[in-house]
Amino acid sequence: MTAAPAPALRIEGLHKSFGDLPVLRGIDLLVAEHEVVCLIGASGSGKSTLLRCVNLLEEIDAGRIFVAGEEITAPKVDVDRIRRRIGIVFQAFNLFPHMSVLENVSLAPRKVLRRSRADAEREALELLERFGLADKQGEFPDRLSGGQQQRVAIVRALAMQPDLLLLDEITSALDPELVAEVLDVIRGLAAGGMTMVIATHEMSFARDIAGRVCFLDGGRILEEGPPDRMFSAPLEERTQQFLERIIAAGRL
Amino acid sequence: MATHGGPPTVTDLDVGGVDGPRFVGRRRQRVSWRSTAIAAASAVVFFGALGWIVVNAPGWDAFRESFLDPRIFWGSLPDVIKGFWTNVRLFLIAEVLILVLGLLVAVLRSLPGPVFFPVRLLATAYVDLFRALPGVLVIFMLGFGIPGLGIAGVPVEPFFWAIVTLTLLYSAYVSEVYRAGIESVHPSQDAAARSLGLSRFQSLRHVVVPQAVRRVIPPLLNDFIGLQKDTVLVSFIGVVEIFRTAQIKQAATFNFTPYLAVALVFLVVTIPLARFTDWLVARDRAKAAAGTR
Ligand SMILES: Nc1ncnc2c1ncn2[C@@H]1O[C@H](COP(=O)(O)OP(=O)(O)OP(=O)(O)O)[C@@H](O)[C@H]1O
Ligand SMILES: [Mg+2]
Repeated sequence: MTAAPAPALRIEGLHKSFGDLPVLRGIDLLVAEHEVVCLIGASGSGKSTLLRCVNLLEEIDAGRIFVAGEEITAPKVDVDRIRRRIGIVFQAFNLFPHMSVLENVSLAPRKVLRRSRADAEREALELLERFGLADKQGEFPDRLSGGQQQRVAIVRALAMQPDLLLLDEITSALDPELVAEVLDVIRGLAAGGMTMVIATHEMSFARDIAGRVCFLDGGRILEEGPPDRMFSAPLEERTQQFLERIIAAGRL
Repeated sequence: MATHGGPPTVTDLDVGGVDGPRFVGRRRQRVSWRSTAIAAASAVVFFGALGWIVVNAPGWDAFRESFLDPRIFWGSLPDVIKGFWTNVRLFLIAEVLILVLGLLVAVLRSLPGPVFFPVRLLATAYVDLFRALPGVLVIFMLGFGIPGLGIAGVPVEPFFWAIVTLTLLYSAYVSEVYRAGIESVHPSQDAAARSLGLSRFQSLRHVVVPQAVRRVIPPLLNDFIGLQKDTVLVSFIGVVEIFRTAQIKQAATFNFTPYLAVALVFLVVTIPLARFTDWLVARDRAKAAAGTR
């Protein structure tokens, strides 16, 4: 062991199948604290599955996952305690439709961290203010634009003060003109030192924000590296093909 | 639009112009007046014919005497209504218990994982049993059977067992309604709650069940219309309620008119509730349609 702090996230030999369909076939990944890692790869390559495994929303078949040095895949680990430290934001927002914005954000701090309603709501409001959503605190999700809903979902995850934030294609469900406001939020978080693993189809965004880009193919991380090299001089043929298709589709 | 004062232009004569909508509106009014008139006329003819057949039936006079005696009707109505008060009490108490027990059974049945298998099995067996048995049978077995055992401390009052029977019977149905509601909440809602660190129970309590309950209010009301009527079942074990009161009157007068009073009381109470339920369903459907736009 070295004296360096444990990586924020370490994945070793992760395997996951759905029935007969192997989706992840030996994923190894290290994410340092304050690092931003982008996962790219074709649709169905397992990006979402990988993120869901890290958040223990899927049971894994083999391998180990460590968060800040603690093995979260160990038997008998308290999954609720682990999930508190890992935030996840979904493509479809998944806000609670029967709760106001303020209730959405303050629910977990109140019920999980046992904060008083007053404290939880005050802190939620501060966060909402920071992300330009304070005037929406009393609204219900169906009264918000997609971009606003996704920003609320991000705030809801941040309210638990996670050590690690997982973002799963958080702009794919948004109209193009709403993408920028959400990506700006993520840039701000990256600048603030948040450790993030981001599955995305927005290559320009990945190039802009990622410290490292990982290309998922055939259930493995086929190639990884700094964004400049990955996008300008990919080593693997499969990576080249993938990027060529993306360029042809006008998304880089 | 039209240039007023000038000669008519093409736009002035356009169907969509000034006169267009008003003309269409007037016509629609005329059409709806006509269809109302036709509906009314056909109703008069239909029910008139039906009435004529009934009144001219060979047994009509005997029927009128034993079912439609106004003196007996008005004489029995006050007691019948008084008896109905017992049904109202049964209904209100049972309804509260059913709402709680039904939800509990539904939640137990939707607990995932092998650990909860025995709980799920028990809950499922309960639901199957009480949905399969005819209500009359259950009320006899519980209302006469259990007090008949003579175990010390076990209540013997029919009213108590009436409540127990109605609660057990209807909770089985209502739990299925709740369960359908719980299953209709998309799993991503539970995933979002769990990912925030909420426990399985907290996710159910704060995220899944509140959404489920909102969705099942109309079908729940439908079940309560059924419950309202089924409160007469308890007359079988000697609870003096509306139906039993009518039976007593019938036996005393050798006349069936008191049952007409019972029917009328149920119509007056149940139809508004049924209409209200229909209105709720229609409103929800309109809302859902607006939501998917
Ligand atoms: N719950 C599930 N049950 C069965 N198969 C699943 C399930 N979830 C995902 N899959 C399958 O696993 C594969 C990987 O899916 P995943 O959603 O992880 O891909 P992805 O890289 O996120 O794709 P996209 O870019 O389209 O979001 C797909 O073939 C998908 O059909
Ligand atoms: Mg995905």
